[in-house]
Amino acid sequence: MSAAEQLAPASRELLLNIENVSLSFGGVKAIRDVSFDVRKGEIRAIIGPNGAGKTSMLNVINGFYHPQEGTITYRGESRRDMRPHIAATQGIARTFQNVALFRGMTTLDNIMTGRTLKMKTGLFWHLFRWGPAETEELEHREQVERIIDFLEIQAIRKTPVGRLPYGLQKRVELGRALAMEPELLLLDEPMAGMNLEEKEDMSRFILDVSSQFGTTIALIEHDMGVVMDLSDRVVVLDYGQKIADGTPDEVKSNQDVIDAYLGVAH
Amino acid sequence: MGGLLYNVFIDPFMQMGSAPDLLLQVLWEGFVSGTLYALIALGFVLIFKASGVFNFAQGIMVVFGALSLVGLIALGVPAILAIVMCIGIMAALAYSVEKLVLRPLVNQEPIILFMATIGLNFFLIGLGELVFGGEPKVMPTEQLGLPTGSWDFDVLGGLVIIQQLDVAAAAVACTLVAGLAIFFNKTRIGRALRAVADDHQAALSVGISLNQIWRIVWFSAGIVALATGIMWGARSDVSFALSIVALKALPVLILGGFTSIPGAIVGGLIIGFGEKIAEFYWGPLVGGSIESWFPYFLALIFLLFRPQGLFGEKIIDRV
Repeated sequence: MSAAEQLAPASRELLLNIENVSLSFGGVKAIRDVSFDVRKGEIRAIIGPNGAGKTSMLNVINGFYHPQEGTITYRGESRRDMRPHIAATQGIARTFQNVALFRGMTTLDNIMTGRTLKMKTGLFWHLFRWGPAETEELEHREQVERIIDFLEIQAIRKTPVGRLPYGLQKRVELGRALAMEPELLLLDEPMAGMNLEEKEDMSRFILDVSSQFGTTIALIEHDMGVVMDLSDRVVVLDYGQKIADGTPDEVKSNQDVIDAYLGVAH
Repeated sequence: MGGLLYNVFIDPFMQMGSAPDLLLQVLWEGFVSGTLYALIALGFVLIFKASGVFNFAQGIMVVFGALSLVGLIALGVPAILAIVMCIGIMAALAYSVEKLVLRPLVNQEPIILFMATIGLNFFLIGLGELVFGGEPKVMPTEQLGLPTGSWDFDVLGGLVIIQQLDVAAAAVACTLVAGLAIFFNKTRIGRALRAVADDHQAALSVGISLNQIWRIVWFSAGIVALATGIMWGARSDVSFALSIVALKALPVLILGGFTSIPGAIVGGLIIGFGEKIAEFYWGPLVGGSIESWFPYFLALIFLLFRPQGLFGEKIIDRV
């Protein structure tokens, strides 16, 4: 256990603070006045029934969507509109609900794209793939190999990802996000569509990422058993509103949450 | 009937066999055209890969590059400086296109972006005529240091004449094609380009800037256009008709696949060899000048059997 983990999650240092965020598309209100925080080193789950606004929330955090109201404070800096490129620069990495890999490229190249922002040599050297550009390419290749070892995907290093089974694609996508050495890792349903064994593997990787790299993780997941085991704190959304926020045990016994999942008439 | 079949299927090959020096000459001409077609096609492929847009204005960019160079040298600018300034003009063009055309149209349908490049095409024609005038110009090969003589070789019992300019053109084209192929396959920026081509959202999430990639791609396409303009302009003359030649890249792309750099190279060579051989050996049967439509004919046949091209990605839509 790392030092950060010994503190109670709620008292750790603030990394991301979402305050009164509302997002609508035309007349559809996807998120209504939601506030919650993510603290350094914790695993924070966002759960809720279908259409609750979970993915929209992740999209707001990394700047794909711009909320109409509210502020997002990341590493002490407040803003309403994040831009994806800026989010990536500041250490926010993510995976997608429907795997978004570069299908034509190999596993290795996919993960290498995660190093884009870490590579500094200019266009000039790249024109000739020579001098600093080549040295740099090799250094980053080493980093990527470490991630490949960590995720146990050595065997598919050179395989175009379009040909991989779904479970492995999800793992490669996690690898690409890890290659960015993120401070905050957003995982959108990392275990959707997986069988039990794949889910166990993925859970192990998520816990290892948290404990070995100290990465803060915010994840969306449907499998309640997994969520309750993995996460330090859980926020529950329903119809775009926050209905509960707390430790897995608190959330489990919350009447609103039970109603939302069992479908009581609103 | 027998005579016709003989003329179509036997006689051309008899000619090839009986005069190998002529065949060699024709193949050389085909190779030079082929490398230049490959170069033009590469300009299209780069932009198509990164933004999914068929850039209708690529042909006029060729003309525009050549005209700028001729114009600057006519003003007394030394050739080296003029080339550097032309590269600057292409960079400015790439920057403006990204800023004024692509950025406001981001997330639009490809057809809308395609229409925008048609608009860009007319804008550049207008601007070119306004600045440089509409009359054909001669590329000042001497100032540019391009050779003009020819080498004669005695081979296979005949004479093969190789224009030094053609050798230079082929060399420039090969160098650029090879350089760009390595650049876009083996470097970070190349990887970023392929990433953008595959998935915009995922590319953004790893911190690739779409705008930067578009600028780089349009700039590369501009450099390719400039090189093509110089070499092609030196072989004929510099006029707006050059943009029609650039449209020969269309059959090249259909053959090679719109997204493949090796495809552009192989497609260019097939079209180059194909049109010269067809012109020389089969052209006389129908009164000549089949060179201008033969590539399109070849492309049509390809569309019938392999619509994604030789190296293109197979289009599979899951429903």
